Amino acid sequence: MSSPRVFKLKATLSAAKIVGLAVVGIGLAMLAVSQSMSGGERVIKISAERYEYSPATVTLKKGEAVILELTSEDRLHGFHIKELGVRADVLPGQPVRVRIVPDKVGTFPFTCDLFCGSGHGDMSGMITVTN
Amino acid sequence: MINNRQRREFLKLAGFGGVVFASSLAGFPRRVLADSSAAAISPQDFHFVQMTDSHWGYEGPNNPDMQVTLPKAVEAVNNLSLDPDFIIFTGDLTHTTDDPYERRIRMKEFKQIVSKLKVKNVHFMPGEHDAGLDFGTAYQEAFGDTRYTFEHKGVHFIALDNVSDPRGLGDQQLAWLETQLKTLDSAARIVVFSHRPLFDLFPQWEWATRDGGKAIDLLMPFANVTAFYGHIHQENHHMTGHIAHHSAMSLAWPLPAPGSKPKPKPVPWNPAQPYAGLGVRGVTATASPVAYDLLELPLAKGANAS
Repeated sequence: MSSPRVFKLKATLSAAKIVGLAVVGIGLAMLAVSQSMSGGERVIKISAERYEYSPATVTLKKGEAVILELTSEDRLHGFHIKELGVRADVLPGQPVRVRIVPDKVGTFPFTCDLFCGSGHGDMSGMITVTN
Repeated sequence: MINNRQRREFLKLAGFGGVVFASSLAGFPRRVLADSSAAAISPQDFHFVQMTDSHWGYEGPNNPDMQVTLPKAVEAVNNLSLDPDFIIFTGDLTHTTDDPYERRIRMKEFKQIVSKLKVKNVHFMPGEHDAGLDFGTAYQEAFGDTRYTFEHKGVHFIALDNVSDPRGLGDQQLAWLETQLKTLDSAARIVVFSHRPLFDLFPQWEWATRDGGKAIDLLMPFANVTAFYGHIHQENHHMTGHIAHHSAMSLAWPLPAPGSKPKPKPVPWNPAQPYAGLGVRGVTATASPVAYDLLELPLAKGANAS
């Protein structure tokens, strides 16, 4: 597992195509983000590579809409935040964007839910939502 | 044709500590084989054995006796008083490795060990440890197709691959399944094998198949369907409508009951009870009535039945 790192922010939503759509969960609104979407929302890049996410910890503010841009550096991975009802398949070369608006504070683990090798069971990270 | 004496002989389970393990499952359409008053034997009745999750190549504390566990199971099956008609391995034959060369070595070693099975009618299936990292390439080199059908004494057996693609069965395989089923009468006797459960047993632990419900939907019009699987390293029984799903014990290490722990970490090896929770399954298929009698055959010496 990698040590926590500060996530990068981007002010625009120009790069990635939407190739996946996750599920809407209780407490969060999550939408596929089209290339035409615009306006002021943070894009937080999270890359997956056996057997870690980078960054492995992400801090969000309650009520703030953010875009998670998910990429894979090696092979097919999953991205699953059970408590938030979020999941996506992440393939190399095919970034996936999911939009979330956390409406509750707390810590929410995210995991790889597609078998990816010997360290698969420990491939996880944490989203923290603060006031 | 087998008779009642032979059926009882099958249950002597030489090599399994001499104890019949016949699970009691209220509500399940099955009988206890040990009961000699079971339905009359017909020429269409037969036995088979399910072996699963041997994880050959694993080295570590989950099972310090890995080198002898699979050979021990092979010997035990060879010592059954009545040979099964066939043996099915329902996946995770080998333990995962990121090294493609090592993966092939493990498969070769596995094949050498199970080649000592006295019964030569043996079917193999992949688990995610065998096939999940290369979409089944090495597995197919060693064992052939990852999905297939065969018939035996009037029963249609269907092996589904829900591991080579970690996302599930996939539309192509579902279409293939639909094509297979179109040839069958609604009263046909169908047995489905898979590695992962086709239903949502506990998705948080990946004890599910994302599109497994579509396969179940295709099977639902058929009156006589039973599913056998591995993956969860323990006996479990579940009904989806009239379809019974039965998982079997592992040949590597037991896992906790679904959802009973934060993570599905192996039950620690107990030196005082080596092989506890490990075993194979004997199945007797009867044609009239259509039934599958299950016997969980523990590897641990002195393991008792309930």
